[in-house]
Amino acid sequence: MNATARKKANENAETMLSVEHVSLSFGGVKAIRNVSFDIRKGEIRAIIGPNGAGKTSMLNVINGFYHPQEGTITFKGEKRSDMRPHIAATQGIARTFQNVALFKGMTTLDNIMSGRTLRMKRNMFWQALYFGPARREELEHREYVEEVIDFLEIQHIRRQPVGKLPYGLQKRVELGRALAMEPDLLLLDEPMAGMNLEEKEDMSRFVIDVSEEFGTTVALIEHDMGVVMDLSDRVVVLDHGVLIADGTPDEVQSNQDVIDAYLGISH
Amino acid sequence: MFYREAGQFKASYGTDQAIFPIAQDKWFVLAVVAAAYLVVPLVANSYWYEVILTPVVVMSLSALGLNVLTGYCGQISLGHGGFMAVGAFAAFKIATAFPELNVIIVFLISGLFAAFAGVIFGIPSLRIKGFYLAVATLASQFFFEWWFQQVGWFSNYAPSGTITAPSQEFMGVVISGPSATGVVKYLIGLTFLVFFCIVVKNLVRSHIGRSWMAIRDMDIAAEIIGIKPLQTKLLAFAISSYIAGVSGALFLFLMRISLEMEAFDIIAISFPVLFMVIVGGLGSVMGSIFGAVFIIGTPVFIKNFPELTTASVILVLAGLSVAWLTKYGVWRWVPLVIGVPLAVFVFFQKFASNTAEHIVLMFFGLSIVLVLIFEPNGLARLWQIAKEKFRLWPYPY
Repeated sequence: MNATARKKANENAETMLSVEHVSLSFGGVKAIRNVSFDIRKGEIRAIIGPNGAGKTSMLNVINGFYHPQEGTITFKGEKRSDMRPHIAATQGIARTFQNVALFKGMTTLDNIMSGRTLRMKRNMFWQALYFGPARREELEHREYVEEVIDFLEIQHIRRQPVGKLPYGLQKRVELGRALAMEPDLLLLDEPMAGMNLEEKEDMSRFVIDVSEEFGTTVALIEHDMGVVMDLSDRVVVLDHGVLIADGTPDEVQSNQDVIDAYLGISH
Repeated sequence: MFYREAGQFKASYGTDQAIFPIAQDKWFVLAVVAAAYLVVPLVANSYWYEVILTPVVVMSLSALGLNVLTGYCGQISLGHGGFMAVGAFAAFKIATAFPELNVIIVFLISGLFAAFAGVIFGIPSLRIKGFYLAVATLASQFFFEWWFQQVGWFSNYAPSGTITAPSQEFMGVVISGPSATGVVKYLIGLTFLVFFCIVVKNLVRSHIGRSWMAIRDMDIAAEIIGIKPLQTKLLAFAISSYIAGVSGALFLFLMRISLEMEAFDIIAISFPVLFMVIVGGLGSVMGSIFGAVFIIGTPVFIKNFPELTTASVILVLAGLSVAWLTKYGVWRWVPLVIGVPLAVFVFFQKFASNTAEHIVLMFFGLSIVLVLIFEPNGLARLWQIAKEKFRLWPYPY
C-alpha cells in the first residue's frame, strides 16, 4: 500500500486514542496545558516540538507514568484519567524510551521474550517443572519472538547481552521488545535519536513496516523533520506545553506558528 | 579441542532452550552429579562429611536462595540468616510436635513459614531500593534473632534456648538426629540441592525469571511491558526465603544437629552467604555452589594442609611472575588473588598458629574486593571464560 492510499484509508478510520483537555504540571511548572488531539487506528502520528515542549510528558501521560491534573484520555472507547503503566500495557500500549531502557544483563532474546510476559499464563509451579504446558507455552512464544527477530534483522545478536551492543542495535532490540507485546498502540520516543543516516533509514523502514504489516498504530516523537514529514500521516506540534498545530505534514509545515516556534520570532 | 559445539545443530526451539544446549556441558554436569552421588560416599570419611561435604551442600542451597533474590531480582538482603532461622525453628517445632511425620516433609513445610516471613519483610522493597533495602532486611534479621531468643515456646522452653534435631528412622535408616551417619545426611542434603537447582534454573529461564531480571536491570521499563513490580519482587522474596527456610532446616537437622539462635546471626550466616553469592556469581545457579565451595573450602584447606599451602604459595608466586610478565588476559589476576593472601598467611603462621582464623577473614575480605574489581560476575564467569578458552584452544582466535 503506498502512502497516499494509506492516508485515504485512514481518513475515515475510527479513533483509537483521544486526548481531551489534558493539563499536567509539576508544582509551578506547567508541562502540558489544555492539549487535545486524537490518534486514528492504523496511522502514524508524529508529535513534534522544540526541546521542553512537553512531548515526552505527553507520552508519559498516555501510558500512565504521569497522572494529569485535568483532562481525560479515551483509549479504545474506554475513558480514564489516570492509570498505572502495567495496566496500560495490558490494554495494548507499548513504548520505547528516548534513552534506551533495555534490561542490560539479559540477552537480546530474553529482552524480546520479556515483552511476551503478559501473554504467558502458566504459574510458577508449572514453570518450576518446565514441563508439558509450560514448556509448550514457552516455545510458542519463542516462535513469535523469532519472527520479530527476523523482522528486525537482529538474528546475529540473539545470544548477546544487550548491554554490550552498539546503540543503534539497542534501539532496534527495544523496538523488538515493544513489538513482541503485539500492541495496538506503539509509542516511540525519539526512535532515531543519535543515529547516523543509514541507521535512520533502517529504522524508518521498520516503523513503516510495523504500521503496514502488523497494522499497529504508531505515535512517535522525532526531531528529524525529514523523517517526520516522510513517515507520518498526521502531525501534532507542541510548544511550551501548548498545542500549536495539528494536521497533515504539509499543513503543519506551512503553519506560521510552527515556523515561529522552531525559528523564533523577532520581538 | 574437547569443548567444541561445532556440528551440534538445533533443529527445534525446544532443544535450543535446554538447560545445557551444548552436549559437553550436559555430560560434564551429569558426571559431576553422578560422582557426587556414587563416588563421594565411597571415598569420604566422617571428617570430610562433617567439615566440608554437608556444609557445602547446605550452604550452597542457602546461597542459591539468596541468589534468586539478590542475583536474579536485584534486591540486596542481609536478612538471610533470619529466614534460615525461621525454617530451622519451624522444622524443630513441627518435628517435635508431630514426631511421626517424615522429616523430609517437615523440611518442605518449614520452608513455607520462611516464605511467609520473607513476603512480610519483602513488602518494603516496593518503596526502598539498594542499600536502603539492605538496611530494612537487616531489621528483619535482628527481629528474628530477638524473637527466637526471647520467646521460649520456639525452643520448647529449653533454658539455654538450644534446639536439637530429634532422631527419626525411615525404612530402617536413621535419617536425622545425632545418630544419623554422615553419608545419609550428605545424600539427603545433596538431593535437596540438586532438586532446588533444577527448580531455580527452570524458573529463571521462564517468564518468571525474566520478570525478575527485568526488575533488576530496569524497573521502569519492566513496568511498561506489564510486569507488576510488587508481585514480582514478593515472589522473589517468597521463593528465596522458601529455599532459605529449607536450607535452615537442613542446617539444623543435617549439619549442626544442636544449635542456638546465635548460629544464624548476621556474622555467622547472612554475611557469609552474601559473600558466597558475590564471589560465586550473582545471577548464576552454578555460581552459588562455586561460592559455597570457595567460602567453606578455603579455611578448611588452609587449616589442614599448611605444607600444601606453603608449596602452592611458592608455585603460585612463581606462576604469578610469569603470568604477570606475559600479561595473559584476566588470568594474570588469578595468581595474585590466591597467592598474596596465602603468602601473608604462611608468613604469619611462623609466629602464631591460631592466627589462621584471622588470616581467613582477611583472605575473604581481600578476595571479595578483588572479585568485585576484576570479575564482578564472580567465579561462575571465570568458569565460563575457562570454557571459552578451551573452545578456542589451541588457537587463540
